[in-house]
Amino acid sequence: MTSDETGHQALVDAAVGRFRGEPGPLLLVLHAIQTELGYIPASTVPAIATALNLSRAEVHGVVTFYHYFRSHPPGKTTIEICRAEACQAVGAEALVAHAKKSLGVDFHETTADGAISLEAVYCLGNCACGPSMRVGGELHGRVTAARFDALARPETRK
Amino acid sequence: MSTRVYLSRDASARSLGAESVAAALATLAAPIELVRIGTRGMIWLEPLIEVETDAGRIAYGPVEPSDLPSLLAAGFLTGGAHALRIGRVDDLKWFQSQQRLTFARVGLIEPTALADYLGAGGYAGLTRALGMAPGEIVKEVTDSGLRGRGGAAFPTGIKWKTVLEAEAKQKYVTCNADEGDSGTFADRMLMEGDPYTLIEGMTIAGLAVNATHGYIYCRVEYPEAISTMNAAIKGAYTGGYLGADVKGSGKRFELSVRVGAGAYICGEETSMLESLEGKRGEVRVRPPLPAIKGLFGQPTIVNNVISLATVPVILAKGAAFYKDFGMGRSRGTLPIQLAGNIKRGGLIERAFGVTLRELLYDYGGGTLSGRPIRAVQIGGPLGAYVPESQFDTPVDYESFAAVGAMLGHGGIVVFDDTVDMAKMARYAFEFCAIESCGKCTPCRIGSSRGVGLIDNLLAGHEPAHQRRLIEELCETMLQGSLCGLGGMAPFPVRSAITHFSEDFVPRTRH
Repeated sequence: MTSDETGHQALVDAAVGRFRGEPGPLLLVLHAIQTELGYIPASTVPAIATALNLSRAEVHGVVTFYHYFRSHPPGKTTIEICRAEACQAVGAEALVAHAKKSLGVDFHETTADGAISLEAVYCLGNCACGPSMRVGGELHGRVTAARFDALARPETRK
Repeated sequence: MSTRVYLSRDASARSLGAESVAAALATLAAPIELVRIGTRGMIWLEPLIEVETDAGRIAYGPVEPSDLPSLLAAGFLTGGAHALRIGRVDDLKWFQSQQRLTFARVGLIEPTALADYLGAGGYAGLTRALGMAPGEIVKEVTDSGLRGRGGAAFPTGIKWKTVLEAEAKQKYVTCNADEGDSGTFADRMLMEGDPYTLIEGMTIAGLAVNATHGYIYCRVEYPEAISTMNAAIKGAYTGGYLGADVKGSGKRFELSVRVGAGAYICGEETSMLESLEGKRGEVRVRPPLPAIKGLFGQPTIVNNVISLATVPVILAKGAAFYKDFGMGRSRGTLPIQLAGNIKRGGLIERAFGVTLRELLYDYGGGTLSGRPIRAVQIGGPLGAYVPESQFDTPVDYESFAAVGAMLGHGGIVVFDDTVDMAKMARYAFEFCAIESCGKCTPCRIGSSRGVGLIDNLLAGHEPAHQRRLIEELCETMLQGSLCGLGGMAPFPVRSAITHFSEDFVPRTRH
């Protein structure tokens, strides 16, 4: 067992222990792990399955069903751009095109320097002031191309 | 003496810079007591600050940190004149003409302060319900005419009656806060602005059907709503409004928040129940109804945030009071959300009967771009596109059905005349393909095929044939899908083709 895997086992044990009394705790456990690590390593799946008396297939099936759960580590910062209708009505498509070009990545990809992962989301509930996006979990409205650049790469701002 | 200044902490206000305004206010050389509240719903004016003066709460907005020196110089702490001065929100026609029943306290009180909630009439409904038999509470809700605000518009009282009459040791109250429809944010705004109303409504629901446990299933995209709900739940436990003995009644009601994981389908009630059980959010075959066999196989109420948050006012003021608002079989009020390309976007709570045109132009002020409105999509990504010729339709479940549209959760997304409706129809299929749970074939395969058919049509490959195939596909999805995702994705597609057929022609290559 690598030290990473030992650490993961401890994390799984802690999460399972915390939610043991809750009915149907799998999503609670997965959230706890992703909050801690930023993703759900494949190596944790057998441990979660054993601890919750589920099959590995069941755990894997849940991890892969939900868009939010990741099986691979994201970049340092995740940028989520809303693609839904209300944001489209105020130029989300152009913003997405700009973001992809500016970062040099497509959705579900991470920049070569590992700094930024780009994701699509379908509604952030910010529909009266789109286009909307989240940078590292922080919500922004009325995002223009210039504002995107400033938020995505604050270190390049003068 | 310090002056009270109110500033929203709603996610939309924050997305427009409310936090930097809060930080700037803290550095002002003036005695200010900053109170963070929900939003009044005037999103186009956020960040909005309201100053408590002898003449009432005077509003200024939208405020940027750089405006504060000039606001201070203008004497904004006593309501002084300034270019950003709006005056009293209560005096604005936009606000005055609304009927705020469910959202009565949102934007007025400090959301997680139980004392503020109680001071503003909170828990009057629960107090009354505690003196009533379960059947009496159910009857009150039935008599109010309240219908499910999540979109299906099923009579809430009838659902509750089914759960009440089901025999079981354990029953549940679940709140669907998986508000995934684009153009909707009423659930979020309510949870962030007046969380105790939802807690009270769910507690009353528990009393009404003898359910001791409740869950709020909130989408992960709403972190502020989740933390606000959790803080309020804690406050309700401390205050004796939740727990083993609700306000000394001997009745038990436990409540907690469960967080989704980015799956639109989990807004479908049976999929939500699967997710609450810790499984893949795959739709269940009905029957049995969740009211008979729901969460963990037990009788379960599944209601939307707004339905449950409306229960307190119904109990506090009586079924007749609530029923008095509205038209036809649509009783009470609907929180309507104006979104997309709209000048004055936000939330308007009005009695049923207001027309789309009034909402779009009187409240909304037309498009943000200043161009003509070409189409509006109502009721989320599975709702129909409505053309200008239907803007006189009143907001009423039956009137909307009559023109082939639906109200859904009350979200209205506005598009100007630059919109490409074929692209929007293609997106409707694409969205369905991304979010399909995969359980039934019409939705899983049909949605992907739909994208291809529209691509073929626009590329000019036998366009008449593609149109016929699209129509057949829509019919198959409508008739053959297990739930509303595949079953309703044809609505935006068909309405776009019907009302905007000029967009569905082969595109010439440049």
